[in-house]
Amino acid sequence: MSESVSLLGKDLIGLEPLSRDQIVTILDTAEHFKDVSERKVKKVPVLRGKTIVNLFFEASTRTRISFEFAQKRLSADTVNIATSASSVVKGETLVDTARNLEAMRIDMVVMRHASSGAAGFLAERIPSNVVNAGDGRHEHPTQGLLDMLTIRDHLGRLEGLNVCIVGDVLHSRVARSNIFGLLKLGAHVAVSGPKTLLPVRMEELGVQVFPRVEEALEWADVINVLRLQLERMKAGYVPSLREYNRFYGITRARLDAAPRDILVLHPGPMNRGVEIDSDVADGPNQVILKQVTNGVAVRMAVLYLLAGGTPEIAHTVREVEET
Amino acid sequence: MIHRPLLIRGGRVVDPSQGVDEVLDLLLVNGAVSALSKNVGPAAEAREIDATGLVVTPGLIDPHVHLREPGQEHKETIASGARAAAAGGITSVCAMPNTDPPIDDPATVGFVVAEGRRVGAARVYPMGTISVGMAGEALTEFGEMVEAGAVAVTDDGHPVMDSGLMRLALEYAQAFGIPVVDHPEDLSLSRDGSMNEGLVSSRLGLKGKPNASEDIHIVRDILLAELTGGRIHLQHVSTRHGVEAIRRAKGQGVQVTAEAAPHHLLLTDEAVDGYRTEAKMNPPLRSPEDRDAVRQGLLDGTLDMVATDHAPHHYDEKEAAFDDAPNGVVGLETSLGLIHTHFVEKGLMDLGTMVERMSLAPARVFNLPGGTLKVGGPGDVTVFDPQAEWVVDPKLFLSKSRNTPFAGWKLKGKPRYTVVGGVVVWEAK
Repeated sequence: MSESVSLLGKDLIGLEPLSRDQIVTILDTAEHFKDVSERKVKKVPVLRGKTIVNLFFEASTRTRISFEFAQKRLSADTVNIATSASSVVKGETLVDTARNLEAMRIDMVVMRHASSGAAGFLAERIPSNVVNAGDGRHEHPTQGLLDMLTIRDHLGRLEGLNVCIVGDVLHSRVARSNIFGLLKLGAHVAVSGPKTLLPVRMEELGVQVFPRVEEALEWADVINVLRLQLERMKAGYVPSLREYNRFYGITRARLDAAPRDILVLHPGPMNRGVEIDSDVADGPNQVILKQVTNGVAVRMAVLYLLAGGTPEIAHTVREVEET
Repeated sequence: MIHRPLLIRGGRVVDPSQGVDEVLDLLLVNGAVSALSKNVGPAAEAREIDATGLVVTPGLIDPHVHLREPGQEHKETIASGARAAAAGGITSVCAMPNTDPPIDDPATVGFVVAEGRRVGAARVYPMGTISVGMAGEALTEFGEMVEAGAVAVTDDGHPVMDSGLMRLALEYAQAFGIPVVDHPEDLSLSRDGSMNEGLVSSRLGLKGKPNASEDIHIVRDILLAELTGGRIHLQHVSTRHGVEAIRRAKGQGVQVTAEAAPHHLLLTDEAVDGYRTEAKMNPPLRSPEDRDAVRQGLLDGTLDMVATDHAPHHYDEKEAAFDDAPNGVVGLETSLGLIHTHFVEKGLMDLGTMVERMSLAPARVFNLPGGTLKVGGPGDVTVFDPQAEWVVDPKLFLSKSRNTPFAGWKLKGKPRYTVVGGVVVWEAK
């Protein structure tokens, strides 16, 4: 693989700065990596010898594990650092932590951080590739990508689809990555939720706003249901989880009342009975576990491309490995 | 201490306090203005400065600076801040009391006054806090702090949320002839916000502070000034409705004065894009409509004066993710150049108005010596070159801190001599 700048640039900080073509390249490359996870020997040697640090300043189970599987299946060497184990608690700054890792000669950092902009901040200061695994309320680009891949898998396209993000958009990095990515690929994007949980001036980003979820369901081909964190109720954004479920919960009855079949996504972890009812979460229209599976493929694609790989070679690798 | 007389010859003297704008000689003797006229005769022992082609004004006054001492000397000290002021052509500053410990008693006021005198690079006028420990609960000893040298009271940075306490402050301050100075912000609307609430905050995923968080306290303070007959001074006004409310209140005779900061006059929240912590301050940079209203307010006098809200922070503190970085930008060494370049040079404001907004108005509102070159007044003078072009380079700042959003800006108008009490405290190399 070449050491020159990858098709994605040095880092993946968000979907907002990417072009349509770059996003399509990632999704297409992910297609090549999907079946690696379906084989008996779930490993290709494309990142052999690369060292990747998973630097998680916020608790995360599924994203961290998904990245770790992706890395291992690409044969990279990985180290996981979680806040409790890091020197951050001793007052070391983010820059110093990164520089220390850098001094141990790493190739990539996958970082999750509670502050919006933290991933870009790190990327500007170290030469390693940086992959944003979620920064504050800003972006969670690999989640946005895996959501898009999952929609494309099931509906064959993204262009022209009506995709509505339902719930706590204000605090959601998943929502922002979906909005930026879907708009670039020609989907129509809307948000729906209590006004207290929607960012201001969404219309100017090209996003429709549905204050009532019924209107959203009348419009949508796809909904992406966001987790409602308990803290939001404590902070007064919604009066109670019961009322939230009553007016914004995705229920079987609401889906049945919609004019067409709606594909249901949820980035997890789910609060069953709050933002999504169990008969939806386990029902026929949902692709929630498909998202999880696709997450590994998308992350493999991102890591591979950042390391300088090309979609064509990914294809070749697959052919070679299969023989 | 007796210093040599100082004779500043042949400069264009701009002094709105006496309607002067012409080429004159200015003689300072024993720390005071001794003569201002054409062809002042040679004075014995005097140092002469040839100010041909330069502008000579009453010393500029910045009514809103954070000198960080006592307690945060890694960001700034009274000495470094006063030198930075001098380098910016500023001869007097009002020092905010949100130090550690806060300036909330006569002893701490006295310390700042004494340290300012010892340094001597600029006159340092502390403000005391409104409430003990800036806790927003009980009034401080306004009278004793004024006796010790405080020129006003403010809980700047910790807005007074309790309207009842603000009423008491506006009533109690009247006996001592000082204004109550407020950082207008309703924290219940802005808490945890780190930038303006708008399209940029929605895009970046940063929590916003809506204009209303500022507007509500501006209107509240105006109503309380009207209720009490007290004098309110509103800091760093950044919103269009805020400007409009002040304009209306002034029309109705309410005793309200206000200030505008260079960053609110020249930047919008777009400057935050890319999570630029050097564009993080409170109140935040707002929309173009707000910026335009603040400009208009400064031009028509609704906003009486320019105040930098000079807020130094160590680079380690600003070298962080946006939410984790502190609020504030430095301003002492760029305000003259910025206002001259973007208002005077652009033909929006004449030099007399600039001097009024940057010297006379703050002198009047805070009852400070200066703001004038009348004979007998203090020998505080700013001499600047209106033609000199320069590029803002934070590495050259005398301030201990470098956190400016104006790095690399090309400006026209640069201080040449800064004179405090008849003594040249700073001159351009």
